[in-house]
Amino acid sequence: MSKKLKVATVSLAGCFGCHMSFLDIDERILELIERVEFDRSPLTDIKTCGPCDIGLVEGGVCNSENVHVLREFRDHCRTLVAVGACAITGGLPALRNPLDVADILEEVYHSRPGLAKGAMIPNDPELPLPLNQVHPIHEVVKIDYFLPGCPPPADAFWKLLTDLLAGRTPSLRHGLIQYD
Amino acid sequence: MSSATLESILDRHARQGVRLMQILRETQEALGWLPPEALGEIARATGLTRAAVESTANFYSFFHTRPLGHYRVLWSDNITDRMLGNQALMQALCKALWLQPGRVSEDGLVSVDTTSCTGMCDQGPAVLVNYRTVTNMNLDRVQAMAALIRARVPVAEWPEEWFQIADNIRRAGLLLDCPLAPGAALAAGLARGGAGLLDEIRTAGLRGRGGAGFSTAQKWQSCRDARSPAADGARYVVCNADEGEPGTFKDRVLLTRCPDLVFEGMTLAGLAVGARRGFLYLRGEYRYLLDALEAVLARRRAAGLLGASIAGSNFAFDIEIHLGAGAYVCGEESALIESLEGKPGKPRIRPPFPVTSGYLNCPTTVNNVETLASACLIAAHGGAWFARSGTKVSTGSKILSVSGDCAHPGIYEYPFGVSVQQVLEDCGAQRTLAVQVSGPSGVLLAPDEFERRIAFEDVPSAGAFMVFDETRDMFEVARNFAHFFAHESCGFCTPCRVGTAINARFMDKIAAGHGSRDDLEQIFRMHRLMQATSHCGLGQTAANPIFDTLRKFRPSYDRRIESLHFEPAFDLDAALSRARRMTGRDDPAAHLTNEHQP
Repeated sequence: MSKKLKVATVSLAGCFGCHMSFLDIDERILELIERVEFDRSPLTDIKTCGPCDIGLVEGGVCNSENVHVLREFRDHCRTLVAVGACAITGGLPALRNPLDVADILEEVYHSRPGLAKGAMIPNDPELPLPLNQVHPIHEVVKIDYFLPGCPPPADAFWKLLTDLLAGRTPSLRHGLIQYD
Repeated sequence: MSSATLESILDRHARQGVRLMQILRETQEALGWLPPEALGEIARATGLTRAAVESTANFYSFFHTRPLGHYRVLWSDNITDRMLGNQALMQALCKALWLQPGRVSEDGLVSVDTTSCTGMCDQGPAVLVNYRTVTNMNLDRVQAMAALIRARVPVAEWPEEWFQIADNIRRAGLLLDCPLAPGAALAAGLARGGAGLLDEIRTAGLRGRGGAGFSTAQKWQSCRDARSPAADGARYVVCNADEGEPGTFKDRVLLTRCPDLVFEGMTLAGLAVGARRGFLYLRGEYRYLLDALEAVLARRRAAGLLGASIAGSNFAFDIEIHLGAGAYVCGEESALIESLEGKPGKPRIRPPFPVTSGYLNCPTTVNNVETLASACLIAAHGGAWFARSGTKVSTGSKILSVSGDCAHPGIYEYPFGVSVQQVLEDCGAQRTLAVQVSGPSGVLLAPDEFERRIAFEDVPSAGAFMVFDETRDMFEVARNFAHFFAHESCGFCTPCRVGTAINARFMDKIAAGHGSRDDLEQIFRMHRLMQATSHCGLGQTAANPIFDTLRKFRPSYDRRIESLHFEPAFDLDAALSRARRMTGRDDPAAHLTNEHQP
């Protein structure tokens, strides 16, 4: 038995729906765990990413923290995969792009009715700042493969991972490429 | 608009849905735009659905379903117009009119925007003002134009000389010498009969002048042999004068100088294939030619060269002119037929080819203007005579539209087989860096290829010949073409619709200083994908100019490349600017470095 491959996963500006779809591989996860070891992932709760073979990134880039996490993944993962519509195109969070983020902050935290008196736009340095626009992840780092779908079907995850484990270039056949 | 005007337009076109393009154009000419009520009325009168009328009205660049001002100024934005300074002139006009490009002025008076090549590359920069062509724009004309617009002087009263369009014929050959009297070729053709005429075309070895070089005799024979589904056995002849390839303007000159040759060629094609009706599909940019061409048709009818009994024979044939509305894709023959039928110009799935199932699903031959004019010469002088000029497999002559960096831009007609170098010498080009032959979808030649010959067996050409000298930046040339294709993709198939947009974005990314080696690899991949999977020639060839410049003028890209590996598509730190301003933060965590050091 060869050494287990290391896999990390993360959700940036996404809804974790892609992760849920990944878990829909059901009992095949037992077969998978024989051959891979999970590093940073919501499944392990490990907070930082170590050297990995495969990184799966769900969600687009909407704030500075997303940029840092994405770069961490790029630095540590030999193969980085954009998973799902938000990672590939910006997706639902990118619907804010036609609006000015300054107007959004102003309305949500300052001028909207029903706010506490003296409410201010949060400015704690702990908080990541939102980017002017939401971006697909390939605009920020180099991405090796794209797994389309909202979410990608479980079988597509399975095909991608088994191809990578077998050393094949991942290729999704007709029924596995879907956009909604 | 009074409903009486609309009624008279509808009546003139017999309320036929297939005439929708012409109905929309005339309605817009009367009203300045296409308001929803007019579209509803047109749908009711023609029996088309509202959706069908709107999809056509929204497909074409020259139809607008919102008001765009009493004056609509469109700057031709081919690379040759740019080289002549159209961008600075457009800015000057916008400044003089207190206007943003693409926006209508607050008082609804005027809008200024760009449009694809208008076929005036030898006398640019050119503009269309309310779809009338003005050439040789300069700062004086810009200032005068702004004054005329502000004073609301009707375009018809603007200085006559602005609308002068020169033919600029620098070298005439078989066609442009126009030695035929109207009717001479037709008399010879009638004497030979349809089958005899086809034999002469076959002997002549005539091949299509639109670029692909398909055998005209074979096309006509297939059309003649195809079974028509119509009760009256209808067949059609279409002359493709949708000369949209940037840098091409030879058909404009042929239609100006030798319209009889073209119309007579169409009539002869009708004789050869057994058609009784023909259409001239004239690009919308050449609207100014319409009245003169209609007059030629009227004269030919009066002389018995068109109509029920041509030259006293039992052969009947007539020609209608159909005006396009600013869609490059309509140069593709099946898209052109869709447009003739009043629909959006989206290419059909082929086969069946138009020769068996074309206009209204009847056999239809679609030929280039120059092909039909050549057929006319063949009918008059015989196939053997024609085959004596040119090369063995590319017989006859080729008209080149020469523009760009040369002393004498204009029209040059050569026997096929002329070398690129010869053309460059004749047009007075100096220190030439590159020649784009046959437009953006054609091929880009570097100096070590200038000995190559214009012929189907070497460098095929639809007619464009754009010259770039050593002061030019070939990256910017390719970027202009990438935006052209992104604008002109009809949107029907994904590889072209998305691929052309992504290519334009890659080129903008590199131009903005965010380019990397990785982007160039992606461009190569996109080229292969689009070539292999696009629905029609537009998508298949759209990445050609980027591919050619990358192969032959790589340093123009490399000097813009920021990184050997990967560069973000945008300035990351600047992308936090709004949030920094709103929160008043400037701490280290409120910034991102653009350089990513692993």
